[in-house]
Amino acid sequence: MATLARTPTQQALRRFLRSSSGKAGLFIVGVFVLLALLAPLLAPYDPAKDRDLRARLQPPSIEHPMGTDELGRDILIRVWHGSRISLRVGVVAVGLALLAGTLLGLVAGFFGGWVDTLISWLIDILLAFPSILLAIAIVAVIGPGIENAMLAVGVVQIPVFARLTRSMVLSLKEQEFVTAARALGATNGRILFRHVLPNGLSPLIVQATLSIATAILDAAGLGFLGLGAQPPAPEWGVMIARGFQYFTTAPWISLFPGLAIMLAVLGFNLLGDGLRDALDPRTAKL
Amino acid sequence: MAAYALRRFLGLIPVLFGVSLLVFTFVRMIPGDPARVMLGQRATPEALERLRKELNLDKPLFVNWQAYRETGDPRKLLEAQYPAYLSRILHGDLGRSIFTKVDVAAELKARFPATFELTLGAMTVALLVGIPAGILAAIRKNSAIDLAVMTGALIGVSMPIFWLGLLLIYVFAVHLHWLPPSGRLGIGTEFQPITGLLLLDSLLRGRLDVFADALRHLILPSLALGSIPAAVIARMMRSSMLEVLSQDYVRTARAKGLPERVVVYKHALKNAMLPVITIIGLWFGTLLTGAILTETIFNWPGIGKWLYDAIQARDYPIVQGGTLFIAAIYVIVNALVDLSYGLLDPRIQYR
Repeated sequence: MATLARTPTQQALRRFLRSSSGKAGLFIVGVFVLLALLAPLLAPYDPAKDRDLRARLQPPSIEHPMGTDELGRDILIRVWHGSRISLRVGVVAVGLALLAGTLLGLVAGFFGGWVDTLISWLIDILLAFPSILLAIAIVAVIGPGIENAMLAVGVVQIPVFARLTRSMVLSLKEQEFVTAARALGATNGRILFRHVLPNGLSPLIVQATLSIATAILDAAGLGFLGLGAQPPAPEWGVMIARGFQYFTTAPWISLFPGLAIMLAVLGFNLLGDGLRDALDPRTAKL
Repeated sequence: MAAYALRRFLGLIPVLFGVSLLVFTFVRMIPGDPARVMLGQRATPEALERLRKELNLDKPLFVNWQAYRETGDPRKLLEAQYPAYLSRILHGDLGRSIFTKVDVAAELKARFPATFELTLGAMTVALLVGIPAGILAAIRKNSAIDLAVMTGALIGVSMPIFWLGLLLIYVFAVHLHWLPPSGRLGIGTEFQPITGLLLLDSLLRGRLDVFADALRHLILPSLALGSIPAAVIARMMRSSMLEVLSQDYVRTARAKGLPERVVVYKHALKNAMLPVITIIGLWFGTLLTGAILTETIFNWPGIGKWLYDAIQARDYPIVQGGTLFIAAIYVIVNALVDLSYGLLDPRIQYR
């Protein structure tokens, strides 16, 4: 590759590296991912067995940098292991929404007609519920628990991706390269997945990153309400809810998991902003 | 405009129909006998039998083909569970609570003012913080103020609202004792509301002590609930203002020698507000319907808290009716927001 002519990927990378929010986001997300991956190696932990009743409700100290909770459990180690749960929820829920939403949007936008009418109707129905209410209603029906919370938080995000993909397909399918592909005898499936989808991938990547932030927040909200992960799992929302009962005397129990949520969500939001700067320069920075 | 408004509202009908279908199916998806689910484990056989009849559980779910084939009467097709449910909700009957037997529609109406007042409080916070912050960040672009506003806004959207609520209670109620941690009025306050909006009612009755008390209770939940919209509005205000300030007519105004203050607040602000008003309208709908977490933490006796308690208690008629009510309000508010653009910006043509 000649040094002067840069590929689009190189250009995007340059733009990303110039974006300070992108770099900050990548750093935060990177640290979280690393900590989550290394947790079982560096600090093996069994939430069911962990308790030390002699060390209950201790404020932060050198021994317990984030203090201990009502069962004498070290908050730091629980927050650390909680990152595994939250990252998994965020990635799985958004992966699910991305898959379902993109497929629905592709089909609706590409085929139009009654298929489009039907899918758009379904999307409108899902959008008629405020997101957290929809998630709560789904969990109320299928029962609480971390897997169900993932599903609920994912379903809530489906309309976002469906709409985005649909409008992208509508604008791309009229373009000449699609007509050319069709003239060469490409099948609908090939046109959709080899020609249309790759050209509309950038906004989807940006949205997926921002959606992970929302999913982590929503899942923590469900955990807080007792509808998501169940104790003794070290899930951040659950920890905040448990700490609520002690928080006039031991505020650190709720404080640190909340800070962890905020940092993780902030990281994905920043990363999403940076990716938008890099991949979608037209809509970036006014 | 009128034709567009009509079409926009007619378009809500299929959506609301779908919502009712979904909410109906939700409760049917819970394993077990729906009558048992709705009446709880301690229901008497008579009550169960009565409800089974009322819910038409002996009939098919959506369409009664059998009755139609036997009689040839197309009206028999509708002798099924969902059509009966739809007919009940269209008559304003959302059922009764399993445990308290309270009428769901009446209770929603009684609790709505509390939620509405909290929404107004949160919106006030969001506007008072978001708009000036956004303007300031835009006119001082790339300054320390801009950086502080944008960082604050990012933190605002990243904070879990229930955690922020707890922090506020800890600092201002538990620690400083400045503000009450929960509820709408102090315990023992005797007051007969008129509209249910306590700030308004207390003024109407000339009870300044109640007004002050209600206001003190409103501040913390409003701050918590208003934090995210404040952040979103600040970001929107900033980018919208920057765009307007780069336009030719603003340069002309500056070239005429007008003071910067006049240029910003008289010429630019009005046009920069339009996209911000859109966001405000959409957030109004979201806050009105999505305050479940905030109401729960602050023990605020609105719809969200009631719904949460009902979910914990598995009081399905309330969950069903409340969800339906909230979704209906949400789509109607969003439609109204849509229509208001035309009034605000004469350039927008509805087709």
